[in-house]
Amino acid sequence: MKLIVAIIKPFKLDDVREALHDVDVHGMTVTESKGFGRQKGHTEIYRGAEYAIEFLPKIRLEIAVSDDKVETVVEAIGSAARTGKIGDGKIFVMPVEEAIRIRTEETGDIAL
Amino acid sequence: MEQITQVSYALDTFYFLMSGALVMWMAAGFTMLEAGLVRSKNTTEILAKNVGLFAIASIMYMLVGYNVMYGEGISSYIPGISFLIGGDNDVATVLASGGDVYYSSMSDFFFQVVFVATAMSIVSGAVAERMKLISFFVFAIILTGFIYPVQGFWTWGGGFLSELGFSDFAGSGIVHMTGAAAALAGVIVLGARKGKYGANGEVRAITGANMPLAALGTFILWLGWFGFNGGSQLQLSTIENANAVAMIFVNTNMAAAGGVIGAMVISKVLFGKIDLTMILNGALAGLVAITADPLSPAPLSATLIGLVGGMIVVFAILFMDNKMKIDDPVGAISVHGIVGIWGLIAVTFNNGDATITAQLIGIAAIFSWVFISSLIVWSIIKAVMGVRVTEEEEYEGLDQSECGMEAYPEFTNK
Repeated sequence: MKLIVAIIKPFKLDDVREALHDVDVHGMTVTESKGFGRQKGHTEIYRGAEYAIEFLPKIRLEIAVSDDKVETVVEAIGSAARTGKIGDGKIFVMPVEEAIRIRTEETGDIAL
Repeated sequence: MEQITQVSYALDTFYFLMSGALVMWMAAGFTMLEAGLVRSKNTTEILAKNVGLFAIASIMYMLVGYNVMYGEGISSYIPGISFLIGGDNDVATVLASGGDVYYSSMSDFFFQVVFVATAMSIVSGAVAERMKLISFFVFAIILTGFIYPVQGFWTWGGGFLSELGFSDFAGSGIVHMTGAAAALAGVIVLGARKGKYGANGEVRAITGANMPLAALGTFILWLGWFGFNGGSQLQLSTIENANAVAMIFVNTNMAAAGGVIGAMVISKVLFGKIDLTMILNGALAGLVAITADPLSPAPLSATLIGLVGGMIVVFAILFMDNKMKIDDPVGAISVHGIVGIWGLIAVTFNNGDATITAQLIGIAAIFSWVFISSLIVWSIIKAVMGVRVTEEEEYEGLDQSECGMEAYPEFTNK
């Protein structure tokens, strides 16, 4: 099992959700988050004084999948979230030791 | 003839009262504008402050202020003092006056009392986000009961400025610059908001919480201003007066429009963007500028007076912020003070009766009186009870320290 964490542009969330639905992913956790990478922030101006927005709003997706689905899911997220412009985000894949469905106590791939 | 007098008296009184009601609504405009331009943690406090100051202004002006301003003076410089407002005109006097007594004296009080509240509202925005609420209310008692009425007596009460020919139709100086001068003194005694200026004097933006409220407040003020200027004609019931009132409405609107465009152009040129808060200040600057004489200029002329006012206000705000380090969250001192002065000078362009000498003496007299007396009062308040909340209270927000309640509790409590 792997945990896929993706940081994407907020306006791409719907596209990504649809793309994941198409590859049979039926669960995910979404968090509104802030951060910066190469895109850095930007400056705004208020009554003549400039100020920096250093952390940009992003969406953080977390999806746990079985090993055989990792490639498809990463591909689905990547193609749906890509605009080609700076700030599209990142995808991280990390190993998961165990997954447990709380309701039934099922474990492993079946719990996903 | 008697019936015509009855009807015209009723009409003029009605017009006066409705104009006063429009001006009263400007309190809502100031409240919304200020609530929009402060941070959300200071919203409840600024609302409480605006409601409270309106009540204090009403009561103090009834108790003493109106009589100081319009009562018998000791000399043309020193007004007299007496208390409480009296009865109204009796029917026989009105009918016998041959049209000289043309509105109820209670309607006159009502129209005047909302003006003093306007002056006090101007102060509240400039000292926002760091002043103790109770200290502000103490100052409101003194300004509305004494400081404002004394200089009002000099012009509208028939004192030395009126004898000199100082011309201020609806109060660019008497109302607006007065509010700004008291605000300037307050900010000097109070200091800037924490974090507004960096260690090397760099200016930091402290962004307002709610732009829709700021825009709504500006439109409410714009509407109220038709009462402010229109009502100041004092009479409607003749063809000449009706035309004058219509002209005033047109010019008031044109000046506001000019002010928006003036501020928009300067903001675009200086910042590369159209700063909403600046064009809102621009609208108000146009209105303040035309208030000193909304009757004499032709509409194009009124537009230009407003336009220049809107341009001046952007530079004035930047100057106050960057050079003077006067931290005025809503730009009240620039809008009402600096542009108020512009409006008083602009009177001489279109009004043959006004002289630049009289205008300058009027500006100097009103500003000095209000600024110096306010500085003294603020300093006394500071020594006796303090004017500023603690650093920690300022960080947590005045909603907590002054009112004990938040404006938007559902953001934090479920």
